[in-house]
Amino acid sequence: MIFSFDLLINAIVSGILIGGFYAAVTSGVSLSFGILDIVNIAHPAFIILGSYVAYAANSSLGVDPILASIVAMPAFYVLGAVVYQVYYTSFEKRGQESLRGLAFFFGLLFITEVSLVLYFGVDYRYVDARYIGPSWHFGILEIPLRILVPCLVSLLLMAVLQLFLTRTFVGRAIMAVAQDQLALRLMAVDPIRIKRIAFGISIATASLAGAFLIIIQPVEPSVGREYIGRVFAICVLGGMGSLPGTVIAAMLLGIVESLTSTFYGPSWAPAVSFGFLLLTLAVRPAGLLGR
Amino acid sequence: MRTPIFFLIWLAIGAAVFAVSLAIGNDYIFFAGYVVMQYVVLSTAWNILGGYCGYVNFGSAAFFALGAYSTVAIYKLITENDFYRMPMPVLMLIGGMVSGVVGLGMGYLTLRLRGAFFAIATLALAVVLQTLVVNWDFVGGSRGAYIIRPEQIWPIGNYVRYLFLIMMLLAVIALTIARLIEHSRLGYGFASIRDDELAAEASGVPTLRLKLIATTISGALMGMAGAPFPYYIGYLQPSSTFGLDYAVNSIAMPLIGGTTSWTGPLIGALLLGSLQQIATVTISSAVNLLIVGCVLVIFVIVAPNGIVGLVHTYLQRKPDDFVGRRHVEADVAGKVP
Amino acid sequence: MTPTANGLLEVDNLGKRFGGFVALENISLSVAAGERLGLIGPNGSGKSTLVNCICGTLRNEFGSVRFAGQKLDGLDAHERTHRGLARSFQLPRPFASLSLADNIRIPLLYTVVMRRGRHHTPREVEQRCAALLHEVGLGDKARRLPRDLTQVEMRKLELARAMASEPKLLIADEAMAGLTHSEIEDILALLLRLNEQGVTIILIEHIMTAVMSFSRRLIVLVSGRKIADGAPDDVMRNPEVERAYLGQ
Repeated sequence: MIFSFDLLINAIVSGILIGGFYAAVTSGVSLSFGILDIVNIAHPAFIILGSYVAYAANSSLGVDPILASIVAMPAFYVLGAVVYQVYYTSFEKRGQESLRGLAFFFGLLFITEVSLVLYFGVDYRYVDARYIGPSWHFGILEIPLRILVPCLVSLLLMAVLQLFLTRTFVGRAIMAVAQDQLALRLMAVDPIRIKRIAFGISIATASLAGAFLIIIQPVEPSVGREYIGRVFAICVLGGMGSLPGTVIAAMLLGIVESLTSTFYGPSWAPAVSFGFLLLTLAVRPAGLLGR
Repeated sequence: MRTPIFFLIWLAIGAAVFAVSLAIGNDYIFFAGYVVMQYVVLSTAWNILGGYCGYVNFGSAAFFALGAYSTVAIYKLITENDFYRMPMPVLMLIGGMVSGVVGLGMGYLTLRLRGAFFAIATLALAVVLQTLVVNWDFVGGSRGAYIIRPEQIWPIGNYVRYLFLIMMLLAVIALTIARLIEHSRLGYGFASIRDDELAAEASGVPTLRLKLIATTISGALMGMAGAPFPYYIGYLQPSSTFGLDYAVNSIAMPLIGGTTSWTGPLIGALLLGSLQQIATVTISSAVNLLIVGCVLVIFVIVAPNGIVGLVHTYLQRKPDDFVGRRHVEADVAGKVP
Repeated sequence: MTPTANGLLEVDNLGKRFGGFVALENISLSVAAGERLGLIGPNGSGKSTLVNCICGTLRNEFGSVRFAGQKLDGLDAHERTHRGLARSFQLPRPFASLSLADNIRIPLLYTVVMRRGRHHTPREVEQRCAALLHEVGLGDKARRLPRDLTQVEMRKLELARAMASEPKLLIADEAMAGLTHSEIEDILALLLRLNEQGVTIILIEHIMTAVMSFSRRLIVLVSGRKIADGAPDDVMRNPEVERAYLGQ
């Protein structure tokens, strides 16, 4: 273990930046699990799907990956709406969401991942963009742009989502549907439609998050699995649906992971996020800014 | 039917299957059959916690791998240098105990959580355990571990055939345990937890204790299934041993077969296991998993009670109803006037 | 009325919050063995929360509960049931995948059968299940599933399930909602019979005729506080009760 101040500072900063990215990755789960109580463990698979969409657009058309993913968001929204409709009709309506709903998403996770393997193969894929490669230097700080840019756009995404949830009618209806469906109905709002919209948005964020991912690191289909623990850990720690909480929790996790990786080696990194999750569940299931 | 008779019948069936396989003589049957029997054990074990109690465990791979790695540890400790080769049944017992204890521990940590949180916690635990093993150089770490499989063993002869026989015996034991539970007070207790844990508590059912029993038995059986694996495969790697493939299969098989009794996991494992063995050889292992995923999703949507449920409906009997566990605290909070 | 030290059930300064919402505040009451207590109050007054705290389904933050002289604090719900406390749920919670007989069998197996000094054969258990179902008028539906029942029949099943553990104290939480007049009479007769056999009963109800005729004592809960405790006629004349409890 070589300890140096340089290393420490850079690890922390790197952790914060990655944390910003993790927040975007988790935002979808904050919506689906934190607010709607749907355990979509297939979310990371949709993110990887987003990565590959960005990759395909980037490698064949030379389009910037983030731009490509934004264009793809409507399609992901529709995908999310369809998935929710199936989930609702088959499970939520019948009251069987605990076992069978979980199994359903588990199956989706596999189908998505394996389909990607069959179509793209197991090689790591990269994207090309002007901000991948160069780093900014501030004294002892070295900030790779490929991490900074996704972090900034991600924080922008979080801000937009938060505004949406708190200032628009649909957004507030989404917050309300988790708490009181009957009240919504009495206001002539169809809770199922609201949930469908929310889930659609959740999957749409995956498109963008996928672009971030493939900018930050090379991607192959099974990369999604390491994110299952991360997203749920951050979601729970961040208070289940509180977006500001998600950002804080994400950065915390990012810092801890970064420090562990730098000083103990990357092979311990997966244990960090999952260990975090267990700790949170055991100690404070309501999270940091719990609801 | 009394349970001892049940056990003897299936023992006889197993012996018959073994005899037929010996007669056919093709070694491939034993290799493939071992895997199918292994899945019978895994899905039966999973179902004890998942189907009977309603608690979804995503970490089956961890218990399986713990059994495998305890065998590796013992191997490295005493067998590698030709000291003494521990008999397989003993290894299985040890693997079972290790996984059983871990199952108990996991239960203490996680069983107070709502259903969904419990499921995620099991996934988390599996990854933590995997990371621990990957960083433990004694058992090979990420490089993996080699186990030298003996050629012959008395009286069966070929060691792989011996492994197949052992695994089949374990499958019969697992089925018997499942059936024993089903027809006992424990089985009723499990069902009450699955249907409504709050009401079960109010009815005097010690829910936490029963859930711990379920996780321990489930984990122990999975560990016993994992113990012979290093000898079967010869080279053990953490990434594949802890793979999600085991998790998805041990969930898919009972869900497809039917979760309310011992027959479901058996049918699911036999069908899906054989299908996968054929697919892996003829097509590819990736398509294999795609099939599992698709069949799982289709069945879960279309036939929630699995094949057993379909058969019941076809025979016009009342299909076993299965209503998912309701979230405990949320329901209570919902009752606050 | 100050709580006596030797009631079967003693609730002492019980308080329960949900976040910022105070559901129960300073609830003290005492129930003597063999008593027939009525617990009434408007919707949202905390009756079910009180039941949940007494029975262990919820943990109260303040105060304590004693049953048969022993403190119940910290005990899980199932342990309280073993001590002789039973309750029916306001919204029926049957075991949906099990037959009615099995619904009754579970509390039987886990309470009565587990008590030392008595040995029960499977046949005895089976007969007891049938007898209990018969008492509530569900005798011919023993093999059916709860989803085949009407709401009313589900309430009866709830009651039968609570009775199965042979409790010393039974809390009936709105067991009569939606019943016809004669069905209410049946349930009241059943509860009276239980009481004559020595079971203490706490009846939580909105149906005033039933409560008035059944209860020897009445407790009124409003917004989480106890505002009256005494003989039914006295309580109903209490102006605070009249004010708080509008209508039936």
